[in-house]
Amino acid sequence: MAMDPESFWAVLKARGLTFFAGVPDSTFGDGYNYMVNDPEIRYVPAVREDVALGIASAAYFSGRLGGVIMQNSGIGNIVNPLTSFNLMYKIPALIIVGWRGYGGPPNDAPEHWIMGVKTPEILSLLEVPYEIMETETLEADLDRLLGKIEQGSVPGALLVRSGMIG
Amino acid sequence: MIDRYVAIQTILGKVQDDDLVLSTTGMISREVFFSEDRAANFYMIGSMGLLSSFGLGLALQSPHKRVYVLEGDGSALMSLGTLPLIASERPTNLVHFILDNEAYESTGVQPSISSKVDLSEIGKSCGYAHVARVEDVEGLEGALQDNETTTGPHLIMVKVGIAPVKGIPRVSHAPTEIRDRFKSRVQSQGEGK
Repeated sequence: MAMDPESFWAVLKARGLTFFAGVPDSTFGDGYNYMVNDPEIRYVPAVREDVALGIASAAYFSGRLGGVIMQNSGIGNIVNPLTSFNLMYKIPALIIVGWRGYGGPPNDAPEHWIMGVKTPEILSLLEVPYEIMETETLEADLDRLLGKIEQGSVPGALLVRSGMIG
Repeated sequence: MIDRYVAIQTILGKVQDDDLVLSTTGMISREVFFSEDRAANFYMIGSMGLLSSFGLGLALQSPHKRVYVLEGDGSALMSLGTLPLIASERPTNLVHFILDNEAYESTGVQPSISSKVDLSEIGKSCGYAHVARVEDVEGLEGALQDNETTTGPHLIMVKVGIAPVKGIPRVSHAPTEIRDRFKSRVQSQGEGK
Protein backbone atom coordinates (compact mmCIF):
# COMPACT_ATOMS: atom_id res chain seq x y z
CA MET A 1 0.00 0.00 0.00
CA ALA A 2 1.25 3.44 -0.92
CA MET A 3 2.24 5.95 1.71
CA ASP A 4 0.63 9.37 1.45
CA PRO A 5 3.08 12.19 0.61
CA GLU A 6 2.41 14.08 3.82
CA SER A 7 3.38 11.09 5.96
CA PHE A 8 6.47 10.38 3.87
CA TRP A 9 7.80 13.91 4.14
CA ALA A 10 6.86 14.13 7.82
CA VAL A 11 9.26 11.25 8.48
CA LEU A 12 12.06 13.08 6.66
CA LYS A 13 11.35 16.47 8.20
CA ALA A 14 11.29 14.93 11.69
CA ARG A 15 14.92 13.97 11.05
CA GLY A 16 15.94 17.49 10.08
CA LEU A 17 15.86 16.93 6.34
CA THR A 18 14.47 20.16 4.93
CA PHE A 19 17.02 21.19 2.28
CA PHE A 20 16.65 19.36 -1.02
CA ALA A 21 17.75 19.68 -4.62
CA GLY A 22 16.85 17.37 -7.44
CA VAL A 23 15.31 16.37 -10.70
CA PRO A 24 11.73 15.04 -10.82
CA ASP A 25 10.76 11.43 -11.32
CA SER A 26 7.32 9.91 -11.82
CA THR A 27 8.14 7.21 -9.25
CA PHE A 28 7.42 9.69 -6.47
CA GLY A 29 3.97 10.47 -7.83
CA ASP A 30 2.36 13.26 -5.83
CA GLY A 31 5.26 13.04 -3.39
CA TYR A 32 7.38 15.29 -5.56
CA ASN A 33 4.77 18.02 -5.91
CA TYR A 34 4.05 17.84 -2.20
CA MET A 35 7.72 18.55 -1.43
CA VAL A 36 7.92 21.44 -3.91
CA ASN A 37 4.91 23.09 -2.30
CA ASP A 38 5.87 22.40 1.32
CA PRO A 39 6.90 25.71 2.94
CA GLU A 40 8.99 23.80 5.48
CA ILE A 41 11.23 22.42 2.74
CA ARG A 42 13.70 24.53 0.76
CA TYR A 43 13.90 22.90 -2.63
CA VAL A 44 16.20 23.83 -5.51
CA PRO A 45 15.08 22.46 -8.89
CA ALA A 46 18.49 21.43 -10.16
CA VAL A 47 19.15 21.06 -13.88
CA ARG A 48 20.94 17.76 -13.47
CA GLU A 49 21.63 15.19 -10.77
CA ASP A 50 25.27 16.18 -10.23
CA VAL A 51 24.18 19.79 -9.80
CA ALA A 52 21.63 18.63 -7.22
CA LEU A 53 24.30 16.75 -5.29
CA GLY A 54 26.63 19.75 -5.33
CA ILE A 55 23.89 22.00 -3.97
CA ALA A 56 22.66 19.54 -1.33
CA SER A 57 26.20 18.84 -0.12
CA ALA A 58 26.52 22.44 1.02
CA ALA A 59 24.12 21.73 3.90
CA TYR A 60 26.77 19.63 5.64
CA PHE A 61 28.89 22.73 6.16
CA SER A 62 26.06 24.37 8.09
CA GLY A 63 25.84 21.32 10.33
CA ARG A 64 22.84 19.85 8.51
CA LEU A 65 22.19 16.99 6.11
CA GLY A 66 21.10 17.89 2.60
CA GLY A 67 18.97 15.75 0.36
CA VAL A 68 18.87 14.90 -3.33
CA ILE A 69 15.81 13.56 -5.10
CA MET A 70 16.28 11.96 -8.49
CA GLN A 71 15.61 9.09 -10.87
CA ASN A 72 18.07 6.19 -11.02
CA SER A 73 18.83 6.95 -14.68
CA GLY A 74 20.80 9.93 -13.31
CA ILE A 75 23.14 7.79 -11.21
CA GLY A 76 25.67 7.99 -14.02
CA ASN A 77 25.65 11.75 -13.67
CA ILE A 78 26.70 11.59 -10.02
CA VAL A 79 29.52 9.06 -10.29
CA ASN A 80 32.22 11.71 -10.68
CA PRO A 81 30.89 13.97 -7.87
CA LEU A 82 30.63 10.90 -5.65
CA THR A 83 34.14 9.61 -6.31
CA SER A 84 36.05 12.89 -6.44
CA PHE A 85 33.95 15.05 -4.11
CA ASN A 86 31.58 13.44 -1.60
CA LEU A 87 33.45 10.17 -1.01
CA MET A 88 36.85 11.86 -1.14
CA TYR A 89 36.11 14.78 1.20
CA LYS A 90 33.67 12.64 3.20
CA ILE A 91 30.69 14.91 2.68
CA PRO A 92 27.40 13.17 3.48
CA ALA A 93 23.98 13.60 1.86
CA LEU A 94 20.76 11.62 1.59
CA ILE A 95 19.95 10.65 -1.99
CA ILE A 96 16.37 9.60 -2.60
CA VAL A 97 16.36 7.59 -5.81
CA GLY A 98 13.30 6.65 -7.82
CA TRP A 99 13.94 3.08 -8.90
CA ARG A 100 12.74 2.85 -12.48
CA GLY A 101 13.01 -0.51 -14.22
CA TYR A 102 12.91 -2.39 -10.94
CA GLY A 103 13.19 -6.11 -11.65
CA GLY A 104 14.45 -5.56 -15.18
CA PRO A 105 12.54 -6.36 -18.37
CA PRO A 106 9.66 -6.38 -19.09
CA ASN A 107 9.01 -3.94 -16.25
CA ASP A 108 8.90 -0.24 -17.11
CA ALA A 109 10.22 1.24 -20.38
CA PRO A 110 13.26 -0.20 -22.23
CA GLU A 111 15.50 2.75 -21.33
CA HIS A 112 15.17 1.75 -17.67
CA TRP A 113 15.87 -1.96 -18.02
CA ILE A 114 19.64 -1.98 -17.64
CA MET A 115 19.87 0.64 -14.90
CA GLY A 116 16.89 -0.99 -13.23
CA VAL A 117 18.96 -4.12 -12.72
CA LYS A 118 22.30 -2.40 -12.12
CA THR A 119 21.21 0.26 -9.61
CA PRO A 120 22.12 -1.63 -6.40
CA GLU A 121 25.31 -3.00 -7.98
CA ILE A 122 26.57 0.43 -8.97
CA LEU A 123 25.93 1.81 -5.49
CA SER A 124 27.65 -1.20 -3.93
CA LEU A 125 30.61 -0.84 -6.28
CA LEU A 126 31.03 2.76 -5.16
CA GLU A 127 30.52 1.74 -1.53
CA VAL A 128 27.54 4.03 -1.22
CA PRO A 129 25.21 2.56 1.41
CA TYR A 130 21.57 2.16 0.43
CA GLU A 131 18.28 0.92 1.77
CA ILE A 132 15.23 -0.19 -0.17
CA MET A 133 12.19 1.62 1.14
CA GLU A 134 9.22 -0.35 2.38
CA THR A 135 6.17 1.66 3.36
CA GLU A 136 5.60 -0.32 6.55
CA THR A 137 9.17 0.13 7.77
CA LEU A 138 10.19 3.50 6.33
CA GLU A 139 11.27 4.97 9.67
CA ALA A 140 13.45 1.98 10.56
CA ASP A 141 14.86 1.78 7.00
CA LEU A 142 15.67 5.46 7.00
CA ASP A 143 17.20 5.46 10.46
CA ARG A 144 19.42 2.55 9.52
CA LEU A 145 20.53 4.43 6.41
CA LEU A 146 21.05 7.70 8.27
CA GLY A 147 23.18 5.77 10.75
CA LYS A 148 25.43 4.54 7.95
CA ILE A 149 25.57 8.02 6.42
CA GLU A 150 26.64 9.52 9.74
CA GLN A 151 29.06 6.75 10.61
CA GLY A 152 30.88 6.88 7.28
CA SER A 153 30.25 10.60 6.65
CA VAL A 154 29.26 9.57 3.12
CA PRO A 155 26.18 9.89 0.91
CA GLY A 156 23.59 7.15 1.20
CA ALA A 157 20.68 6.25 -1.05
CA LEU A 158 17.07 5.45 -0.26
CA LEU A 159 15.73 3.43 -3.17
CA VAL A 160 12.05 4.08 -3.79
CA ARG A 161 10.10 1.75 -6.08
CA SER A 162 7.00 2.69 -8.01
CA GLY A 163 3.83 2.77 -5.95
CA MET A 164 5.53 3.41 -2.59
CA ILE A 165 4.39 7.04 -2.36
CA GLY A 166 1.14 8.29 -3.77
CA MET B 1 44.49 40.34 -21.24
CA ILE B 2 45.70 39.74 -17.72
CA ASP B 3 47.67 36.88 -16.18
CA ARG B 4 45.29 34.62 -14.30
CA TYR B 5 47.51 34.58 -11.24
CA VAL B 6 47.38 38.39 -11.15
CA ALA B 7 43.59 38.23 -11.53
CA ILE B 8 43.37 35.78 -8.63
CA GLN B 9 45.59 37.97 -6.48
CA THR B 10 43.46 41.00 -7.33
CA ILE B 11 40.27 39.15 -6.40
CA LEU B 12 41.73 37.75 -3.17
CA GLY B 13 42.84 41.27 -2.28
CA LYS B 14 39.16 42.22 -2.04
CA VAL B 15 38.16 39.19 0.00
CA GLN B 16 37.18 39.89 3.61
CA ASP B 17 38.04 37.53 6.46
CA ASP B 18 34.53 36.10 6.66
CA ASP B 19 34.10 35.56 2.92
CA LEU B 20 34.09 32.03 1.56
CA VAL B 21 36.28 31.37 -1.47
CA LEU B 22 35.73 28.30 -3.64
CA SER B 23 38.11 27.32 -6.41
CA THR B 24 37.79 24.76 -9.16
CA THR B 25 39.95 21.77 -9.95
CA GLY B 26 43.37 22.16 -11.55
CA MET B 27 45.53 25.25 -11.74
CA ILE B 28 42.95 27.68 -10.36
CA SER B 29 42.88 25.94 -6.97
CA ARG B 30 46.64 25.69 -7.00
CA GLU B 31 46.99 29.39 -7.75
CA VAL B 32 44.51 30.35 -5.02
CA PHE B 33 46.35 28.07 -2.59
CA PHE B 34 49.71 29.54 -3.58
CA SER B 35 48.43 33.10 -3.49
CA GLU B 36 46.71 33.00 -0.11
CA ASP B 37 45.92 29.80 1.71
CA ARG B 38 43.10 30.38 4.22
CA ALA B 39 40.71 28.17 6.15
CA ALA B 40 37.74 29.80 4.43
CA ASN B 41 39.02 28.58 1.06
CA PHE B 42 37.53 25.40 -0.35
CA TYR B 43 39.76 23.83 -2.99
CA MET B 44 37.62 21.53 -5.09
CA ILE B 45 40.50 19.44 -6.34
CA GLY B 46 38.30 17.06 -8.35
CA SER B 47 34.80 17.05 -9.82
CA MET B 48 35.25 19.47 -12.67
CA GLY B 49 32.06 21.44 -13.26
CA LEU B 50 30.63 20.90 -9.78
CA LEU B 51 31.96 24.04 -8.13
CA SER B 52 29.20 26.45 -9.14
CA SER B 53 26.53 24.05 -7.83
CA PHE B 54 28.33 23.74 -4.51
CA GLY B 55 28.70 27.53 -4.41
CA LEU B 56 25.00 27.98 -5.06
CA GLY B 57 24.17 25.62 -2.21
CA LEU B 58 26.52 27.44 0.17
CA ALA B 59 25.17 30.85 -0.82
CA LEU B 60 21.61 29.67 -0.12
CA GLN B 61 22.60 28.00 3.15
CA SER B 62 24.66 30.95 4.38
CA PRO B 63 22.91 34.08 3.10
CA HIS B 64 24.96 36.32 5.38
CA LYS B 65 28.29 35.15 4.00
CA ARG B 66 29.68 36.32 0.71
CA VAL B 67 30.55 33.35 -1.47
CA TYR B 68 33.21 33.71 -4.17
CA VAL B 69 33.24 31.03 -6.86
CA LEU B 70 36.41 30.94 -8.99
CA GLU B 71 36.24 28.67 -11.98
CA GLY B 72 37.52 28.51 -15.52
CA ASP B 73 35.86 28.54 -18.90
CA GLY B 74 36.17 24.76 -19.15
CA SER B 75 34.34 24.08 -15.90
CA ALA B 76 31.72 26.75 -16.64
CA LEU B 77 31.05 25.14 -20.01
CA MET B 78 30.88 21.70 -18.43
CA SER B 79 28.06 22.80 -16.14
CA LEU B 80 26.51 25.53 -18.25
CA GLY B 81 23.02 24.69 -16.97
CA THR B 82 24.04 25.93 -13.54
CA LEU B 83 24.23 29.51 -14.85
CA PRO B 84 20.47 29.90 -15.38
CA LEU B 85 19.88 27.97 -12.15
CA ILE B 86 21.97 30.46 -10.17
CA ALA B 87 20.27 33.34 -11.95
CA SER B 88 16.82 31.95 -11.17
CA GLU B 89 17.63 31.25 -7.51
CA ARG B 90 19.09 34.77 -7.20
CA PRO B 91 21.47 34.39 -4.24
CA THR B 92 22.51 38.03 -3.75
CA ASN B 93 25.66 36.97 -1.87
CA LEU B 94 27.16 34.92 -4.71
CA VAL B 95 30.07 36.30 -6.74
CA HIS B 96 30.81 34.01 -9.66
CA PHE B 97 34.07 34.46 -11.53
CA ILE B 98 34.88 32.82 -14.82
CA LEU B 99 38.61 33.10 -15.46
CA ASP B 100 38.48 32.59 -19.19
CA ASN B 101 41.74 31.61 -20.85
CA GLU B 102 39.97 29.89 -23.74
CA ALA B 103 41.80 26.67 -22.91
CA TYR B 104 42.04 23.61 -20.73
CA GLU B 105 45.32 24.81 -19.32
CA SER B 106 45.65 22.25 -16.52
CA THR B 107 45.63 19.34 -18.96
CA GLY B 108 48.06 20.88 -21.45
CA VAL B 109 46.47 24.04 -22.92
CA GLN B 110 44.03 22.34 -25.29
CA PRO B 111 41.65 24.96 -26.79
CA SER B 112 38.13 25.38 -25.40
CA ILE B 113 35.19 26.83 -27.33
CA SER B 114 35.04 30.00 -25.23
CA SER B 115 37.10 31.83 -27.86
CA LYS B 116 33.99 31.58 -30.04
CA VAL B 117 31.28 31.92 -27.38
CA ASP B 118 31.06 34.85 -24.98
CA LEU B 119 30.21 33.36 -21.58
CA SER B 120 29.40 36.79 -20.12
CA GLU B 121 26.67 37.22 -22.73
CA ILE B 122 25.27 33.86 -21.66
CA GLY B 123 25.33 35.08 -18.06
CA LYS B 124 23.44 38.22 -19.07
CA SER B 125 20.76 36.30 -20.92
CA CYS B 126 20.43 33.92 -17.97
CA GLY B 127 19.59 36.90 -15.80
CA TYR B 128 22.49 37.41 -13.40
CA ALA B 129 21.74 40.67 -11.61
CA HIS B 130 25.22 42.05 -12.34
CA VAL B 131 27.46 40.94 -15.19
CA ALA B 132 30.88 42.31 -16.06
CA ARG B 133 33.37 41.34 -18.73
CA VAL B 134 36.87 42.59 -17.99
CA GLU B 135 40.22 42.25 -19.70
CA ASP B 136 42.67 44.09 -17.47
CA VAL B 137 43.44 44.78 -13.81
CA GLU B 138 41.71 48.17 -13.87
CA GLY B 139 38.58 46.62 -15.30
CA LEU B 140 38.65 43.85 -12.72
CA GLU B 141 39.11 46.32 -9.88
CA GLY B 142 36.20 48.32 -11.24
CA ALA B 143 33.98 45.25 -11.38
CA LEU B 144 34.96 44.30 -7.84
CA GLN B 145 34.09 47.82 -6.75
CA ASP B 146 30.73 47.55 -8.50
CA ASN B 147 30.02 44.41 -6.46
CA GLU B 148 29.75 46.65 -3.41
CA THR B 149 27.09 48.87 -4.91
CA THR B 150 25.08 46.39 -6.96
CA THR B 151 23.03 43.43 -5.90
CA GLY B 152 23.98 39.85 -6.78
CA PRO B 153 24.23 37.27 -8.07
CA HIS B 154 27.30 38.69 -9.78
CA LEU B 155 29.03 37.17 -12.77
CA ILE B 156 32.46 38.52 -13.59
CA MET B 157 34.18 37.11 -16.60
CA VAL B 158 37.88 37.86 -16.73
CA LYS B 159 39.74 37.28 -19.96
CA VAL B 160 43.07 35.86 -18.84
CA GLY B 161 46.20 34.74 -20.61
CA ILE B 162 48.19 31.55 -20.46
CA ALA B 163 51.02 32.32 -18.05
CA PRO B 164 51.84 29.33 -15.89
CA VAL B 165 53.32 30.03 -12.48
CA LYS B 166 56.64 28.21 -12.36
CA GLY B 167 57.01 25.56 -9.68
CA ILE B 168 53.49 26.06 -8.39
CA PRO B 169 52.72 23.48 -5.69
CA ARG B 170 49.67 21.25 -5.49
CA VAL B 171 47.25 21.87 -2.66
CA SER B 172 49.03 20.10 0.18
CA HIS B 173 46.15 19.75 2.64
CA ALA B 174 44.31 16.45 2.89
CA PRO B 175 40.73 16.60 1.56
CA THR B 176 39.19 16.08 5.01
CA GLU B 177 41.40 18.84 6.39
CA ILE B 178 40.17 21.23 3.68
CA ARG B 179 36.64 20.17 4.60
CA ASP B 180 36.97 20.57 8.36
CA ARG B 181 38.61 23.95 8.46
CA PHE B 182 36.23 25.25 5.82
CA LYS B 183 33.25 23.94 7.78
CA SER B 184 34.39 25.77 10.89
CA ARG B 185 34.60 28.99 8.88
CA VAL B 186 31.15 28.52 7.35
CA GLN B 187 29.74 28.23 10.84
CA SER B 188 31.76 31.05 12.39
CA GLN B 189 30.43 34.55 12.98
CA GLY B 190 33.06 37.25 12.74
CA GLU B 191 36.78 37.24 13.57
CA GLY B 192 39.51 34.96 12.28
CA LYS B 193 40.82 34.06 8.87
